[in-house]
Amino acid sequence: MSTAVMETPAASRVHYLNANYGIKSWLFTTDHKRIALLYLGSITFMFFIGGSAATLIRLHLIEPTGALVQPATYNKLFTIHGVVMVFFFLIPSIPAVLGNFLVPLMVGARDLAFPKINLLSWYLYIIGALFTLYAILSGGVDTGWTFYTPYSSTFAHSQVIATALGVFIVGFSSILTGLNFIVTIHKMRAPGLTWFRLPLFIWAIYATSIIQILGTPVLAITIFLLALERLLHVGIFDPAIGGDPILFQHLFWFYSHPAVYIMILPGMGVISELIACFSRKRVFGYAMVAYSSMAIAVLSFLVWGHHMFVTGQSVYAGLIFSVLSFMVAIPSAIKVFNWTATLYKGSISYEAPMLYALGFIGLFTMGGLTGLFLASLAVDVHLTGTYFIVAHFHYIMVGGAVMAYLGGIHFWWPKITGRLYPDGWARFAALIIFVGFNLTFFPQFVLGYLGMPRRYAVYPAEFQVLNVMSSAGASILGIGYLIPLIYLIWSIRYGPVAGPNPWGAKGLEWETPSPPPTENFEEIPVVTEEAYAYAEPEDGSHG
Amino acid sequence: MSGHVVSVRLYVTIFLLLLVLTGLTTGVAFIDLGDYNTVVALAIAVVKMLLVVLFFMHVRYSSGLTKIVVLAGFFWLAIMLTFTMSDYFTRGWTPTPSGWGPSISAPPNP
Amino acid sequence: MAELSASSTHAAVHPPGFRHQFEDMEQQHEAGNLGMWVFLVTEILFFGGLFASYAIYRSLYLPGFEAGSRLLDVKLGATNTAVLIGSSLTMALAVHAAQTGKRKALIFFLLLTMVLGAVFLGIKFDEYATKWHHGLVPGLKWAPDEEMHNNAPLGSVELFFCFYFFMTALHATHMIIGFGIMTVMTVKSWRGEFSPEYYAPIEVSGLYWHFVDIVWIFLFPLLYLIGGRY
Repeated sequence: MSTAVMETPAASRVHYLNANYGIKSWLFTTDHKRIALLYLGSITFMFFIGGSAATLIRLHLIEPTGALVQPATYNKLFTIHGVVMVFFFLIPSIPAVLGNFLVPLMVGARDLAFPKINLLSWYLYIIGALFTLYAILSGGVDTGWTFYTPYSSTFAHSQVIATALGVFIVGFSSILTGLNFIVTIHKMRAPGLTWFRLPLFIWAIYATSIIQILGTPVLAITIFLLALERLLHVGIFDPAIGGDPILFQHLFWFYSHPAVYIMILPGMGVISELIACFSRKRVFGYAMVAYSSMAIAVLSFLVWGHHMFVTGQSVYAGLIFSVLSFMVAIPSAIKVFNWTATLYKGSISYEAPMLYALGFIGLFTMGGLTGLFLASLAVDVHLTGTYFIVAHFHYIMVGGAVMAYLGGIHFWWPKITGRLYPDGWARFAALIIFVGFNLTFFPQFVLGYLGMPRRYAVYPAEFQVLNVMSSAGASILGIGYLIPLIYLIWSIRYGPVAGPNPWGAKGLEWETPSPPPTENFEEIPVVTEEAYAYAEPEDGSHG
Repeated sequence: MSGHVVSVRLYVTIFLLLLVLTGLTTGVAFIDLGDYNTVVALAIAVVKMLLVVLFFMHVRYSSGLTKIVVLAGFFWLAIMLTFTMSDYFTRGWTPTPSGWGPSISAPPNP
Repeated sequence: MAELSASSTHAAVHPPGFRHQFEDMEQQHEAGNLGMWVFLVTEILFFGGLFASYAIYRSLYLPGFEAGSRLLDVKLGATNTAVLIGSSLTMALAVHAAQTGKRKALIFFLLLTMVLGAVFLGIKFDEYATKWHHGLVPGLKWAPDEEMHNNAPLGSVELFFCFYFFMTALHATHMIIGFGIMTVMTVKSWRGEFSPEYYAPIEVSGLYWHFVDIVWIFLFPLLYLIGGRY
């Protein structure tokens, strides 16, 4: 049931974008929607920083002896690419942009529980980013985004402390965002909005927030100890006094493995929304998808040792982590089955968000399945440290998380800006991204299987063809990313005005004008129906 | 809106209990109980923590959600500890093949 | 019944301190509590990384850790424990005063909490100065006397002191932050901002303070008391 929303022209209506003008009204805002846009700008900027590093890497790897930079510089490039993409793009992206914008709208609240803490989160992000940018500009850091000791604590001659500080600070941004979401979802749901009527995006954000709360503090203390050891020239990872570098890895991966689920879970939440809307169907097995999100959040904390199979961990601990790593794939697989079942007999249409969602399902499945190869102890001995790993995580992070992010941005763009983007260009860009992505990363599976090590500035000549293919793919992928940047910005001014619900989707966010007023709803809605209450499709018909 | 008001008397009682337990744990440290010194010290600390959490922090009178949140924190800490320990405790179980020199699976011994 | 004016109706519906993203004071109060508890869970994991590392190394290097522990002053540690427990009592009494609308008692107990916190920090500082004097500060001044470590492997004694300083300094930093929070709360109490209807900031600050006390409740035995002092 949809309350009729008056479609006053955006120009004459007051909404969150035109309620106040001036830079102070943005820098001191506590409106979750404006904060979401502040994040959108910042993380897009950081995405292009990380993407520039990737461009240089792929250009360099055209030649087996390295075409572009010295090996020491190459080490800095892959480190910066990793640090920026992981901590400043992937982890914040969907939660800080889409989550911040949508969570209050989807639960029928006027804002998050703690709006000022939300603004603080953004400022912490900026400060962390500034430290990291300083590190990049003043010599770079070359330890790998994983900062393994003793290289990072003792031997590296690069800006480790500045980068560590940047990561430490942005970690608190992540913690505060998660805290805000947990309290909002528990305490501020609209009347009638029981847990099992929530959109699956909210379940995904909730599970992600739990991981952020429980995992990020451990990263914080670990990075802090690393910085301390570097400063004092002694510390708890220092073998000279009995310290164990492997302990650093345990503490680091205790966070960083769940972190990869921080990166993918929100994407899965987006996909649930997109698949339901563009199949005009309820998500099949809603409860199972919700429970799977929670299961992923819990199980993700039990598998971190699979990053340490060959670094000196006991083989018996390795056995336990291997078994658990197989188990953690199960809830993800359940989701993929449920999305597929949702598509079955759905009224499917192929707007750009749906293209991104379909791409996600295929590419995430490939990435996830290759994770199982790596979870097998014996197979991992051969594949670890090779391009197989690189391909595996890029399939999930780029083929999965980034595509979900782009799909979500497109889907909710009309709600956020009040404008429609040109869907023809959007579908074209989605296709370019899909092709470019596969051309970039599929060869890397083969390269890894054949033995090419990762994080090396040079490689044996027989691997050149595959490397060149990968670099060619990267150039296509790069173009693919630039196209949405252009038409989305164009659409803000010149796109057709969007009504409250251009997709005909279900959800409280579609029952308020586009763009929403600052207080989100004229009156807090009362929820009386299940999530995704689309009309049942007629037998055998398609959209 | 109101929260539960705990009586001053109860607060002072808890305080005195905490002081007694502090004295107890300090005294026991000077008695040789072998491995049990650690166990007793930790047990007393856990009891003290429970007194503070339940009464000073009002968890005794709080919702089930608060209780789950507190338990989750400690449970996750236990996960970190036990799984990491499982590595250190089992490193010595794998014998190194002969001819490789000193055992590389034992922890460093400065 | 006389018609209430708009502003008094607003005041009746929205007591002072009400934040408009919430539906009512009860939701706000519950949200504030849940928010602080979630934050404290992050603190459990933050300190937890150090506790877990300490436990692992202690199991590996027992003689060195025991030797290091014996170099700490149990009397000062026990005194500090009592001081902090006392400050938790005064904090709880401050919350009680706020809940029962006793402004003067509230200010008194907040100030007393701060005084006890300052005593704790003073004793800690004294301990640090002693360690410095004896050359027991890793990384800055590590030059312990031969007799001081009783033939225990020197490396693991230094490792123990790394933990001693990292853990107690992190704890002390949290206490200093708590001090700042208490100062703000005292000023706000002085200004009469709290009442039985609105005292959540006091309650939530109390939760933070008690948590810092709990960390010390574990630090004291783990650092001071398991050195085989018999």
